[in-house]
Order: sequence, then structure tokens, then C-alpha cells
Amino acid sequence: MSKSFLEVDGLSKVYPDGQGGELTVFEDIRFALEKGEFVCIIGHSGCGKSTILNVLAGLDEASAGNVVMNGKEVKGPGLERGVVFQNYSLLPWKTTLNNIVFAVRARWPNWSKEKVKEHSERYLKMVGLEHALNRKPSQLSGGMRQRVSIARAFATQPELLLLDEPFGALDALTRGVIQDELVKIWEETRQTVFMITHDVDEAILLSDRIFLMSNGPNARIAESVKVDIPHPRARATIFQNPAYHKTRDYLVDFLVNRSGSALPEEDGSPRLVEPAKGAAEASSATTESETAARAVNA
Amino acid sequence: MASLNVRAALLSVSFLILALGLWEMATQPPEALTGLTEYEMLMGGVEQESRVPPPSAVIKLAWEELSNPFYDAGANDKGIGIQLAYSVYRVLTGYLAAMAIALPVGFLIGMSPLMYKALNPYIQLLRPISPLAWMPLALFIIQDSDASAIFVIFICSIWPMLLNTAFGVANVRQDWVNVARTHELGPLRTAITVILPAAAPTILTGMRISIGIAWLVIVAAEMLVGGTGIGYYVWNEWNNLDLASVIFSILMIGVVGMLLDLALGKAQKLVEYKE
Ligand SMILES: Nc1ncnc2c1ncn2[C@@H]1O[C@H](COP(=O)(O)OP(=O)(O)OP(=O)(O)O)[C@@H](O)[C@H]1O
Ligand SMILES: [Mg+2]
Repeated sequence: MSKSFLEVDGLSKVYPDGQGGELTVFEDIRFALEKGEFVCIIGHSGCGKSTILNVLAGLDEASAGNVVMNGKEVKGPGLERGVVFQNYSLLPWKTTLNNIVFAVRARWPNWSKEKVKEHSERYLKMVGLEHALNRKPSQLSGGMRQRVSIARAFATQPELLLLDEPFGALDALTRGVIQDELVKIWEETRQTVFMITHDVDEAILLSDRIFLMSNGPNARIAESVKVDIPHPRARATIFQNPAYHKTRDYLVDFLVNRSGSALPEEDGSPRLVEPAKGAAEASSATTESETAARAVNA
Repeated sequence: MASLNVRAALLSVSFLILALGLWEMATQPPEALTGLTEYEMLMGGVEQESRVPPPSAVIKLAWEELSNPFYDAGANDKGIGIQLAYSVYRVLTGYLAAMAIALPVGFLIGMSPLMYKALNPYIQLLRPISPLAWMPLALFIIQDSDASAIFVIFICSIWPMLLNTAFGVANVRQDWVNVARTHELGPLRTAITVILPAAAPTILTGMRISIGIAWLVIVAAEMLVGGTGIGYYVWNEWNNLDLASVIFSILMIGVVGMLLDLALGKAQKLVEYKE
């Protein structure tokens, strides 16, 4: 049986290319997640990140390969896997509170009305929305909606949380505030999280590890980058950690220069990389952007 | 400056007064009538009957009718309230029966592309048929004029409800369905807690169109089958050459139709949501 909490083995997705042929979006995706880990996945647009996440959620089917969670194969969606969609996906005819109640009731059908309500309110409080319980989603800003969506996912206490670019549609200021909130909730709950992002800084702030995907078609998860920065982290102070800059430079370099050609290990698992390990090694490979970043910091 | 509403109301009332005034003037009996013999007066009385009555006569009749709307003095002399009640009863019975079929079948068609493909040709074929064309067949099979009228209402109100339900259900945002799926809701709970509220505005639009059509059709249907109802009443008064009653019942048909539409409009407001 599997040893890790979540094991993804040989996943691939093939679509018809519209001219009678086939298009392999990604192939032989292999990775494992441990319980309590926060992992981000970064890759260029169209490489198949959302598809992978939807396969993990059970909303989409892979063309080959399988996903095993807790020793059980994932087939179809389930409450043990919570999803936060990029477009919030709140039910617009329900109030903020009832959107959460809806999910909590589905998760614990035997709970009393009061208990469901109390539990839901607690999670809305965590994201700072206790004043907007009775408003409809259309009366909330984009940032507030995404908070509700995050509260809904955390409130059902899934074993695995899947976030598809949860802050992609938000302005930078709001995004920062909600990132801090996500850090806070995660520190409290230590749920296992798998998150897609396009934002390198966001990935470093949140993750224990970052998966880097090569470009499609035939995209792979080429590398698994360790983020060697201790928790708790905060957006305002993380810049002071030298490991932050090493990691950041490594990621940017991958995305700009190497994502087209990068390959995983021979056996298909991602190459493990620790960019912040050992200052001597890192400084010998100083890149331009790293120098620039240091100059700014000095 | 008065508000837009006040000004609009003032203008509405002025239009009404103007229209009634013109109507009253156009329907005055000719002057010559005063200098006629007794016999001619008598004949002139008949002639005046066949002229369009002035609004004052219609209002006077309306006052009489509405002050005792539910009197029943035999088959050919019932109050306007009773006649309207018959019509509303037939419309609602046929309409509710149509709803009982159209909503579940619409759900089925909306949720299953297979059923949609299988049933669509029949719907497209049956939908454009004038509901009154069914009347002879209904009369022959059902052998009952009242039930036949109800059947005609059923057949005419089913299509907008059916098509709108199917359309609304089929076009529920996939994201919301995915929310139901990730929360492991069964098919029935998904249908009730997610798809129904999501599609409700579209369904209610169909229901509103249906009630409008049903009210249009009932008048014609009752003219055909006779006996009772506002449609029969209009036709009967026309046969009696009582044009004041005809005009009065036309107005009442408008009023009831408006009330039915208002009721559905209210219901529509209740289920509406903003994304
Ligand atoms: N139904 C489909 N038919 C054919 N190709 C599809 C279909 N759905 C998705 N694709 C292709 O699959 C690829 C991966 O899509 P996916 O949404 O997973 O990308 P992504 O990495 O999440 O991109 P982004 O960062 O822009 O969200 C895309 O190149 C897209 O063109
Ligand atoms: Mg995507």
C-alpha cells in the first residue's frame, strides 16, 4: 500500500486536437504529499495545472494514471477533499452564512441547527466576515467573496484542500490581506493544501514545497523546490530571510529560462531542489536578478 | 418639480379623460331624434341599441354589475364575478396540471442530453399547433365541454413552462453543480437545493408566459364550448346586442389578465438572484 498521504501516479491527460489527432496536455505526473503539507504548483498558462487539480478533486478524469489518498483510490468528488475555485462559486441566492451552512450541513448531516450555525459563524469570523453574515454574494466585493469561499472550504475540515488560483482575480492589496489570513488559518488548522498560483511571492510565503511544471504539451512536474523558511511566516518580514531571495531567484529563473526544457528524474518523480541550502553553493551561482534583489535589500 | 411618478400619473389620468370624452362625444345620439313620432322613437330606440354605447352607459353598467357580481338568475343570467370565477378556475386547473407535467419533464430534459434529443422533435412539432385545434378531438375523446376547455388550457400552457424549465436546468452554471458534487449531494438533493433555485428565474419566466397565453386562450375556448365563463359571457352579450356588457367584459378580461400576470411577476421577484 501507499506510504504517503496522497500519491499521484503516472497521471496524463489527452484531448483530441481538433484535427483528428491527439494532444497530450501533460503526461506521467508523479508526486506525493504528506499530511499537513502546504504545496503550491507553478507553471505557465495552459500546462494543465487546473486539470490536475480537478482530477485530484474528482471533478475531471485523467486519461491514464491514478490518485490514491489514504490508501484509497480517488474516484469522483468527495467531502474529504475541499475545493476553492478561482471564481468563488458561491451560490448567489444564499446569504454568506447560508453558503457556509450549506457545506457544513452536507459534511455533518446529524448536527443540530444551532451547532451548524455556530460552526459556520466561527469560520466566517476567522476570515473577518462576521459583519456580513446576511448579505448575498452579489453585495460583497471580490475579496470578500473569496474569503467566504475559503471559509466554506476550511469549515468542512477536509483532509485535503485544493485551491485553484484563489487570489488570481483580486487586486494586489486585497490579495496580500487574504494571503495573511490564509497563513493564519493554516497555522491554526495545519490542513494539507495543494494550491495553484502564478505568483512566485505568494508561493514562497505559503508553501513548504513548490512544484514547477514544464511547458505543455506533454508537460511534466519537473522539480519540487523546498522552501526552507520556518513558520510562522508573515508577508511583511519574509523579505528579510536570505532563503527567500535564493528561492525566489531559483523559481524565476526556472519560469523564464528553463520551463521549456526541464525534465524530472529518470523515474518520473520531480527533482528535489533546495535552493537555499548552503550559502557557498548559492553565491557561486549568483544570477543577475539575485544581485539586483540584494542591492534593493541593502 | 413634481416627481416622475406624479407627473406620469397626471398624464395617465388626462389621457383617460381625453379618450372617454372623445368616445362620449362620438357616440351621442343624433339631434334629429328628438323631433320624431312615437313610433319612430320606438324604432330609434332599437337603432340606438345597435350603436356603440357611450362610456357613461358602460360605467353605469359596470357599477350595477360590480355591486352585485355573484348573482345567479339562471343559465343565461349570471353575475360577472361568477363568469370570471369559472374562467379563472378552468385556467388554474389546466395550468396546474400543465405545471405538474412540465416541471418534472423539463427537469429530465434539461438534465439529460439523451432525453432532450429524444423528445425535442415531438416538442417542436406539437408546440406550434394552435391550442384551439385540439378542441374537436378533446370534445370527442373527453365528451365533456368543461374538461375539454381545461384540456385546451393544459396544452397551451405546457410548452413555455416545459421549454423554459429544460433551458434553465440545462444552463445551470457548471461551477454550482460542481459545488454540489464536491459536497457529495445526491441527485435529488442537488436538484432541489442547487438546480431548482438556480433555474427558478428562467422557470418562472416560462410560467409567466404560460399564464398569459392561457388567459388569452380561455376566452376563445369558452366562446366555442359555451355554457359558462367570461368567453361565453362576451359572446352571449354580443348575441343579445348588449354592447355595453361586451365592452365591460372586455375590460374585466384585461383586469383579470393583469392580476394574473402581476401575481406571477411577484413570484418571479421572489426567486430572482443577482450573480
Ligand atoms: N475540453 C478541452 N478540449 C481540448 N483541450 C482542452 C480542453 N480543456 C482544456 N484543454 C486544454 O488543456 C490544457 C490545460 O488546461 P488547464 O486549464 O488545466 O491549464 P492551466 O495550467 O490551469 O492554465 P491556466 O494557468 O491558464 O489556468 C490547455 O492547454 C487547454 O487548451
Ligand atoms: Mg487554470
